[in-house]
Amino acid sequence: MDDMKLTDVVGDCREVLMQYFDGSSRTVLVSDIETPLPDGRLIVSRTDPEGIITHVNDSFVEMSGFSSEELIGKPHYILRHPDMPAVAFKGLWQTLLEEGNKWHGYVKNLRKDGGFYWVYATVIANVRNNEVVGFTSVRRKPSRRKVEEAEALYKTLL
Amino acid sequence: MTYNFTVSPDFNPSYLSGWFIFNTWLQRQTGEAFHLDLYDDFDLQRRAIAEDKFDLIYANPYDAAVLVREKGFVPIACPAGKSDEAMVVVSVDNEIDEIEGLSAGLRISATKDPDVNLMCMIMLEPADLSRDNTVTKHCDSYVLVAKDLIRGQADVGFFLQETYDKLSRMVKMQLKPLVQSQIQVINHVLLLGPALQHRQLELQQALLAMTATAAGQSLLESLSFTAWARVEPEDTEFMIDLMDTLET
Repeated sequence: MDDMKLTDVVGDCREVLMQYFDGSSRTVLVSDIETPLPDGRLIVSRTDPEGIITHVNDSFVEMSGFSSEELIGKPHYILRHPDMPAVAFKGLWQTLLEEGNKWHGYVKNLRKDGGFYWVYATVIANVRNNEVVGFTSVRRKPSRRKVEEAEALYKTLL
Repeated sequence: MTYNFTVSPDFNPSYLSGWFIFNTWLQRQTGEAFHLDLYDDFDLQRRAIAEDKFDLIYANPYDAAVLVREKGFVPIACPAGKSDEAMVVVSVDNEIDEIEGLSAGLRISATKDPDVNLMCMIMLEPADLSRDNTVTKHCDSYVLVAKDLIRGQADVGFFLQETYDKLSRMVKMQLKPLVQSQIQVINHVLLLGPALQHRQLELQQALLAMTATAAGQSLLESLSFTAWARVEPEDTEFMIDLMDTLET
C-alpha cells in the first residue's frame, strides 16, 4: 500500500512507520483530530478470506474519508491506527477460525485525513457449505467510558 | 393442495388489505390455492414457523436467519429501495435531546419486533445502557408504545421507522425522535419454503414484472412498495451474517 500523503491530511500530524502482519509496511500520518461516529450509524464491511475489502456501506465511506473505490480491493488494515497495539487483535483469527466465534473489541481507526474514530467492532466469519468465504465486520458507536478504558489499556500494551 | 402464506407481524395495519389482495394475486399467478395467515404476535408466529406451517413468508431480517439456515427457505424478492431502520423516540416534553443524556433505570416501551429491538438497544450503547440496567415493557403494537410515551409511562419507545412515519400527525406532535438508525443493508425479504421451490423462477419473474401493469402497480402501492427487487441467496446470507454480528 502507498504511504499516506500530506496533501490528504488535515491539521498537524506526526509520521509513523506501520509494519503489518503480512510483512508489508507504509508511512502513515496521524493527527489528534477525532471524528465521532454519529448516533445510529453502523459501519459495515466485508472482506475475502485474506482480509481484502469486498464490500463497504455508505457509513464506512463517510467515516473513513476514503471513497468506496479506494477501499475495495485494499487490505482491511488500511484503517489500522498506530495507537492500536498488535496484541489487541491477537485473538482475532483464533476466535474466528479455530473457535468459530465472533470477535469483538474497541478499536481506534485511522482516517484518510490522518484523524481517527473509535468504534466497537464485531467480526464474524462468513461460512458457506462449511467453508469460510470471507468476514463481515460491523462497527458501532461505543460509550465514552468504554473508549477511555480502552485508551488507557492500549497505552500500556504498546 | 393449499399453500400457507404469512407476513411478519410488524406490517403496518394500514396495509392489511394490501396483503390480502397480494394473496389473491399469488393464487391467480400460480393457479394454486394460498391461505394467508396473519399474526399480531411474534411468538405465536415463531411457534407456527417451528411447526413448519408455512410455504411462503414475508419475513423480518431476524426471522430470516432461522428460515434460511434451519428451515431451507430461499429468498426471492424484497421491496425495492427499502431498508429497515429503527428509531428511539421520547415524549416531546422530555428535555433530553441526545442518547448520551439517558441514564440507567431507563423505562423502555417496545413491541416484540426482534430486529427493531436489537437495533434500538445498540443505539442506547453510547449511554452505557443495556438490558441489564434498563426495564422493558412489551406492547402489542407501535400505537401502544406511542401511548406509553405520551402518558409518561415510558422514558423511550422503540419504533420501526416506517411505522413511526405512519403515526397520525396528532400523535407525532407529542413525540420527539432522539435517534434513527442508518444501517442501509437490512430489509424484509420474501422467502419461499421447500414445498414451493419448484415454482421459484416463475414466481420471481412475476413479482419483478408487477410494475409493468397498472393493476400490478396498484397492488404494489397497497403494500407501500414501488417494486419488488430480485434477491440472490448470497444477499440474504450477508444480511443474516450482519444480524449475527449485532447480537453481542
